Amino acid sequence: MRRLMLGNQAVARGCYEAGVKVATAYPGTPSTEITEFISQYSEIYCEWAPNEKVALEVAIGAAIYGKRAICSMKHVGLNVAADPLFTVSYTGVNGGLLIAVADDPGMHSSQNEQDTRNIAKAAKVPVLEPADSQECVDFVKKGFEISEKYDTPVILRLTTRVSHSQSVVEEDSRVEIDYGYKKDIQKYVMMPAMARKRHEIVEKRLNDLKEFAEKTELNRIEEGESNLAFITAGIAYQYVKEAYPDAWVLKLGMVYPLPERLVKDFCSKFEKVYIVEELDPFLEENIKAMGIRNAVGKEIFKMTGEYSPTFIKSAIEKTQVEPPYKLNEELAPRLPVLCPGCPHRGIFYVLSKIKDIIITGDIGCYTLGALSPFNAMDTCICMGASVGMAHGISKASDKKAKVVAVIGDSTFVHSGITGLIDAVYNKSDMLLLILDNSTTGMTGHQDHPATGYTIRGEETFKLDLVSLCKTIGCSVVEEINPYNINENIKKISTLIDKPGVKVLIVKAPCRLHRRYKYVLSKRYIDKNKCKNCKLCLSLGCPAISLKEVPTIDQNLCLACGMCESICRFGAISSVKE
Amino acid sequence: MKENLNILIVGVGGQGNILLSKILGEVFLNVGYDVKISEVHGMAQRGGSVVTYVKAGTKVFSPLIDKAEADYIIAFEKLEALRWIEYLKKEGILIYSDYEIPPMSVITGVYKYPDVDKIVKKLGVKFYKVDIPSLLTKVGSPRVQNTIMLGVFSRLIGIEESYFRKAIENNVKPEFVEINLKAFAIGRNVDLGEVKI
Ligand code: SF4
Ligand code: SF4
Repeated sequence: MRRLMLGNQAVARGCYEAGVKVATAYPGTPSTEITEFISQYSEIYCEWAPNEKVALEVAIGAAIYGKRAICSMKHVGLNVAADPLFTVSYTGVNGGLLIAVADDPGMHSSQNEQDTRNIAKAAKVPVLEPADSQECVDFVKKGFEISEKYDTPVILRLTTRVSHSQSVVEEDSRVEIDYGYKKDIQKYVMMPAMARKRHEIVEKRLNDLKEFAEKTELNRIEEGESNLAFITAGIAYQYVKEAYPDAWVLKLGMVYPLPERLVKDFCSKFEKVYIVEELDPFLEENIKAMGIRNAVGKEIFKMTGEYSPTFIKSAIEKTQVEPPYKLNEELAPRLPVLCPGCPHRGIFYVLSKIKDIIITGDIGCYTLGALSPFNAMDTCICMGASVGMAHGISKASDKKAKVVAVIGDSTFVHSGITGLIDAVYNKSDMLLLILDNSTTGMTGHQDHPATGYTIRGEETFKLDLVSLCKTIGCSVVEEINPYNINENIKKISTLIDKPGVKVLIVKAPCRLHRRYKYVLSKRYIDKNKCKNCKLCLSLGCPAISLKEVPTIDQNLCLACGMCESICRFGAISSVKE
Repeated sequence: MKENLNILIVGVGGQGNILLSKILGEVFLNVGYDVKISEVHGMAQRGGSVVTYVKAGTKVFSPLIDKAEADYIIAFEKLEALRWIEYLKKEGILIYSDYEIPPMSVITGVYKYPDVDKIVKKLGVKFYKVDIPSLLTKVGSPRVQNTIMLGVFSRLIGIEESYFRKAIENNVKPEFVEINLKAFAIGRNVDLGEVKI
């Protein structure tokens, strides 16, 4: 059947058809839906892991056991998983192992723009790069074949516009795969004596893969009618085809290792060959290193952000498109905001009211606390970094700085725990706020070990953050309710000055999560009582905006009551005026 | 269709942008076109500015729509209609909702919410304005602006109504199909009059 599918959905479909048995991931935009869609296939065991390193280790186990396994993550997740990656490259696999990594050119929802192909090359792992949803299905299957034939993990590199675009897919049926388990310590126990031998095998494997790259139909030449010529891959291929339908194109489906003879042959036919790739000049550098002189790449194409057909055209022809309708004024920007009713709002409001504190932040919805109207965050580096950074600041300031770290529950489980152990062990003075909304909010409500549910919603043992922090040795561990604004201002102000590592678990489930039911009693503003002091606007709730006096949009209000508790004139209540 | 049909759906995160693009995509697929849709996830969904691209034709390569390439812009929010106006072709049509959601930069008083109607007229864009607030009261649900807009749009391209109704049934949760079909019908029956400039 022909269906429209999201690239990520097509990767999941490919896994189903390829007989994948185990799928693991930590959610991360733009890769999240791969695992979500896989969870709809009962034939595949699947899970959310606490972080990408663990996820990859689980998948490696399954592959060595003889089944096909996939592990999915976003580009920054691959940094976390780099440790097992570099070694599974040595051990090889048994059943196929595919690592789907989604890069985010343009940083739609990421803290940096990194190019997975560089890590893949460093780890000596082949990379396939699909250009649409049908290729996502096909390349998953091909990836497993390559993985098994060449005894290597394979990286499936996606980018936002492949992961999050829908295009047509033809569905097929599933095949079951089982290679059986065989103990082999020479292959799977990477102590020096064995690893040295495996490294030789890895180098030979790369050579074999280079040969494979010459013949595989993954790499193909599309003949053109003009004398324009391109080498490209992934989504950039689509942009090239749209901009220049008549050009010659060497379309690479396998972007590492490269087919040297094919590339040289292609380039020798033209005066000039454009290499079009988003992010780093990965193809370009590798191709130029083959001694090719007529390749043009980053001299004219940018290193940052996303490409588009118009961008490619204007870079080559040095022309500029003039849109017919041009605005002369600067429009009000619309940055993302914490949702109406969001429990994080309460704590950031509180933090914005406390003077002279340094707030280290982390990755999740609550990163938005850095923006106006709260401006209550000083840093955001990577998953779990808030805890270690707060400890570092505390030490660097000889404990004079008042440091507060904020981290979400999911992020804390991902990699905040180890930072907290370090802070306690090394006698830090800091306050950690675990903003526990009982889900992974930003990526769309995925479960994790502290929610007590699996990816398929089955109940499981629930990691108790309070007892965990106590066990680690934190001097104070308490739960507080973010909606009690006035109480929390006092509590946090006093706690900051106490010595030791203190943890407040700021607990209230995400208001948008279906599992957690709130009693809704929406708030109204009584015009007669309102003194127009505008204090309620400083909450940054999207439901409250200024008409003549502040007014609450009943379509948006999620009845959290925070505005009611900060209005000093009793103008806000759940009674309609 | 000789060339691709390019449709930009713009609005604020949470307004049902992605659902509308799915429904439209399925309509075009069933009519027999190649289709590509590109959507935005993650941070942008949290009340930020959101755009979805829908492209249909005999063969579609890039899922993106560049500046000056959109045949239609469907805007769920007035300010967002302006934000993406440079993407419209000279002869393209803007269909925008009269719904206002002030962004935080306006709520906090740093920026002013612009007079969208005036600017649209001044630019000389071809447009239809849909009085969504009053239509929503007619349907009796605040959440179906996207299917009302679909109803309006369905009148402008020569595809039979049944394709749209079927795609709604396939993409909306069973308990919401009825209300969405009602919203679609109301949108389809809005008296648009002549396209305005
Ligand atoms: S805080 Fe109360 S009095 Fe002040 S503007 Fe808001 S509703 Fe009016
Ligand atoms: S308007 Fe008040 S009660 Fe409603 S969501 Fe916003 S802060 Fe909460």
